[in-house]
Amino acid sequence: MTTTPPSFESSDSEMFRPNRQLNKRVELVVKIVFATFAFVSVATTIGIVLTLIFETVAFFQEVSLWKFLTDTAWTPLFANPQFGIFVLISATFLTSVIALMVALPLGLLAAICLSEYASSDIRRWLKPALEILAGVPTVVFGYFALMVVSPFLKTFIPGLQGFNALSAGIVLGIAIIPMVASLSEDAIYAVPNSLRQGAYALGATKRETIIGVVIPAALSGIVASFVLAVSRAVGETMIVSIAAGQNPTLGLNPLVPVMTMTAYIVQVSLGDTPAGSLAYKTIFSVGMTLFLLTLALNIFSFWFVRRFREKYD
Amino acid sequence: MAQDLKPQGDDSGGYFNLALPKRYNFDKIFAFAAWVAIFFGLVILAVLLIDVFLDGLPRLNGQFITSPPSRKPDQAGIFPPLIGSVWLLVLTAIVSFPLGVGAGIFLEEYATDNLLTQIIEINIANLAAVPSIIYGLLGLQVFVRWLAPITNGRSILTGALTLSLLILPIIIVATRESLRAIPNSLRQAGYALGATRWQVIREHIFPLALPGILTGTILALSRAIGETAPLITIGALSFITRPPMNPQDPFTALPIQIYNWISRPQEAFHTNAAAGIVMLMVVLLVMNAGAIFLRNKFQSNR
Repeated sequence: MTTTPPSFESSDSEMFRPNRQLNKRVELVVKIVFATFAFVSVATTIGIVLTLIFETVAFFQEVSLWKFLTDTAWTPLFANPQFGIFVLISATFLTSVIALMVALPLGLLAAICLSEYASSDIRRWLKPALEILAGVPTVVFGYFALMVVSPFLKTFIPGLQGFNALSAGIVLGIAIIPMVASLSEDAIYAVPNSLRQGAYALGATKRETIIGVVIPAALSGIVASFVLAVSRAVGETMIVSIAAGQNPTLGLNPLVPVMTMTAYIVQVSLGDTPAGSLAYKTIFSVGMTLFLLTLALNIFSFWFVRRFREKYD
Repeated sequence: MAQDLKPQGDDSGGYFNLALPKRYNFDKIFAFAAWVAIFFGLVILAVLLIDVFLDGLPRLNGQFITSPPSRKPDQAGIFPPLIGSVWLLVLTAIVSFPLGVGAGIFLEEYATDNLLTQIIEINIANLAAVPSIIYGLLGLQVFVRWLAPITNGRSILTGALTLSLLILPIIIVATRESLRAIPNSLRQAGYALGATRWQVIREHIFPLALPGILTGTILALSRAIGETAPLITIGALSFITRPPMNPQDPFTALPIQIYNWISRPQEAFHTNAAAGIVMLMVVLLVMNAGAIFLRNKFQSNR
């Protein structure tokens, strides 16, 4: 009863008084700092685009775009250099197509299995196991393709060479199965149960429900995962540079060594090329081609998902 | 019209053929195919791990771990690349964790839905699909050439900065997802007590979201440890006899050493590559197991 009430004037009062001015300042500083961090991602993109454009323009001052698109050989390091980018693109296309023939059906089936067939107990084990498969470094997959898959395939494909597009493509496909499976599973899992029950009520079996109702309903997500798989296959580096060989050949024969765009960049990078040389500029022009390809795929996926997204509310 | 609607089956006599046994058979085949598809990946994973382990086992000993690389395969070891990878892991974590988490907090807690944040969001989604070797080209031009006075060219710091940019989108997305999972009532309770936005985030939201953020970060870092292509592009040297001592030293890393050994024709170096892969996979499996453990623990507590 005798305690004096705390004085509001004194600065060392026991009563809590928030320092609103300081709070405002801290708030502003935090916001600006974090906004800067968020902007780093935009700066990365700008950096990538500027870097690639800068060196690509320098490249095309020495080599005409026409030669780049029409030459039928890729020999930029030879005395009489040729710059036919389609040699590298054909190899990239070849390994990617083989990879997708492995990854898309298996990945989609795996997604269906996870979402529709596996019980929640099994799912709890299968998903982390697939994540481990996804986390295996590609250099390890490259070893696997060269040391295990190629010798194995050679036992029944006599014409197969030690380095070849076939085993690189197959292992590349295995490497992207988990990504297709996981993204497609998210899409399939998000399809509301009422649609499945509607199909069952009409007398459809489980397979008919999945193929006729669930997959079409999840199509935009599944296609998005497929497109991402394509862009992974196109941009993958280590598997193809280890197992597909380093031999730029035009054509689509999967049994012989080929050189993809990424494998070329690796080959030149290992050679310690001085900055400003023509070889240095070619890796950026090849990188630019690769970047534009994946960007086009990305834009397509973005457009497709927007256009065909099914909404369930 | 009548011809178009001809009954298809012989037994039913009506327009609709039930054919249940046949359909159920297709169902069984389909289900079997789905199970095969999922176990295909896992069987391959098992074959891969067992094969590499058997190949690498003869070389896995103390000498292998503590020796520098050598031109003689039976004397070669993995010490400098191992130390290089540890450096990369630590530096990449130091750079990418605050950047990614800060960006995630800004986008989820501060940003309003305007043009700028939409650009940032589309941009992050796009960056996730950019091939890693392109980041290597960026690192080569920006960190190796332009920032050479700071990074000293082809150094650990260059490698760590390049890998940080590479995994930044993953950390940002993981941060945003864990923040989104925190119920809004917690934030409102904080504001009701007079706390500022930053105080609410710092004292309540962030600690709750931390396990999820850490899970995402560990997974992102384990990806960074396995990355090879961008490091080759920025010119990480593969023949280093002395382990790096500071961030500006030239370096090599486990995946690069493995690649180097695979590319040689001699059989004995391939055994070394397998032994190196076993080391790398052990590190990765431990990191992955840690992330999964963290996530399971976090999920069961809610």
